[in-house]
Amino acid sequence: MASLAVPKPPARTRRNLGGGVGPIGLGVASLWLSLIVLLPLAAVFTKSLEAGPAEFWDAITAPSARYALLLTTAISALVALINVVTGTLIAWVLVRDEFRGKSLVNAIIDLPFALPTIVASIVLLSLYGPRSPVGIHLYATKPAVIVALAFVTLPFVVRSVQPVLMEVDREAEQAAASLGASGWTTFRSIILPALYPALLGGAGLAFARAIGEFGSVVLIGGGIPRDTEVASQYIAKQIETDRPASAAAVSVTLLAISFVVLFAIRWFTKRKGVA
Amino acid sequence: MITVSNVSKHFGDFTALDDVSLEVPDGSLTALLGPSGSGKSTLLRIIGGLEWADAGSVVIHGDDVTNVPPQKRGIGFVFQHYAAFKHMTVRDNVGFGLKIRKTPKDKIDARVDELLNIVGLGGFAKRYPSQLSGGQRQRMALARALAVEPKVLLLDEPFGALDAKVRTELREWLRRLHDEVHVTTLLVTHDQEEALSIADNIAVMDNAHIEQVGGPRELYDRPANPFVMGFLGPVAKVDGTLVRPHDIALRTQPDAGTREAQVMRVSHLGFEVRVDLELSDGKPVFAQLTRYEAAQLELAGGDIVWLALTGDSDARLVSEDDRLDAVA
Repeated sequence: MASLAVPKPPARTRRNLGGGVGPIGLGVASLWLSLIVLLPLAAVFTKSLEAGPAEFWDAITAPSARYALLLTTAISALVALINVVTGTLIAWVLVRDEFRGKSLVNAIIDLPFALPTIVASIVLLSLYGPRSPVGIHLYATKPAVIVALAFVTLPFVVRSVQPVLMEVDREAEQAAASLGASGWTTFRSIILPALYPALLGGAGLAFARAIGEFGSVVLIGGGIPRDTEVASQYIAKQIETDRPASAAAVSVTLLAISFVVLFAIRWFTKRKGVA
Repeated sequence: MITVSNVSKHFGDFTALDDVSLEVPDGSLTALLGPSGSGKSTLLRIIGGLEWADAGSVVIHGDDVTNVPPQKRGIGFVFQHYAAFKHMTVRDNVGFGLKIRKTPKDKIDARVDELLNIVGLGGFAKRYPSQLSGGQRQRMALARALAVEPKVLLLDEPFGALDAKVRTELREWLRRLHDEVHVTTLLVTHDQEEALSIADNIAVMDNAHIEQVGGPRELYDRPANPFVMGFLGPVAKVDGTLVRPHDIALRTQPDAGTREAQVMRVSHLGFEVRVDLELSDGKPVFAQLTRYEAAQLELAGGDIVWLALTGDSDARLVSEDDRLDAVA
């Protein structure tokens, strides 16, 4: 509703009546944000450009680096997409269906959050590794990376869609049905538009989490350069081989990708913010 | 014509409808009137296909739709809380049913414009529901339901979420609209004044049953039982006879068949004057007088008066039921 004339908030007076936290609160928030987020970001940024822009460019276009960055971005996008579909489905089942053990399933959704990611990697390795009890061998393959990333990012879309789905107006769905809309048409044209912001937000978080993920991929992925090595593994290897500037350059690139994606999603959600 | 035959519905242990039958005449505006929990909304939702009956059948215009999903019943349904499609403009809301029927866009636009003019939302096509008042949203919902030219229009407490003034305006407007459109309409309400003022035909429900069906005057003047009488208007009880308080006349002298009472309080409510009395056996009762009658009697608290029952004796009921003693 960008066209709506929003009344201007009243001019700020010196006396703080607006329920803000005052100058001390603002100061503490800024200081904390600077110490924890901005300062390290500035450090890695400086480090990456220490040797100059040409070196930066070389560092991120080195064949293994470029491959790792492209692979990471592509797989993360794919994983985010998988999450949009399966996450919506799971959220739907959790909100709309009644079954025994529902609260248990609901709790299990958060497990990938709570589980140390290296544990996830060990679990996946023992299940899909060289001695797979189920006969599925994914070790050091791209599907292994996809499975690992899908595992750790599962909760994002589920948890962002779930509350919105609970708030969806059931009578609007019934109204659509009375007007002749099939279940699918109702889902597509009445429910989905209400879910868009949550879906995009959840997908964005899943993507951002996936492109930086290390622990869950490190064992099952195999880390084969120019095959299954993701960007975080590449960065770790650069540090181990004492090339911090190259590590920093790739890190900053990852950071930039995350930032652009999250920013684009925010912008898009705001623009479509009618729902 | 809607014909409901022997419909029953249970929710767990709760019986919402118990062997209910009802006929809604073609082109009528019929009200389902009852207190909350009486089953009226459930009956409407079963007719609309939004709820399934445990037993019984629903026939709309000769077609047995008992097992037909709502999409194929040819109904328009309006909900108490508008059920607006929030992310769509008023135009898209109203055109929704036509769009999914693959109607050509120019036809949809023409029909939507026509309907928006009928419901008085001509200039609001590009707005979103959140930019409309409650009354406007409900008129939009009505236009949306009418767009697909339903065989019957089902309204579930359509004015229940609106404030009193808008509610009165909208119900008069709905009556005029119905006189123009003539679509068979079934309206659920708990407001007896709403039902009496706009319906041709009223079915009074209580406790999973239909108690009585008839025109507004018939129900008011010939109530079948104390419940219907009490639900349609105020009731006073004089020695086991239920009577409308406006059918009680007060006299300053005793006469044959009058009953002595003491005036407890006189309340001037504009045209109506309410007189609270206590009968000689100590039971309270109240009478409604016009302001002119009250002025002639010059009543004051403490006065002794004599009650006479006037009006149509068919409008009274004899009840041994003590629960209605306190009905006011």
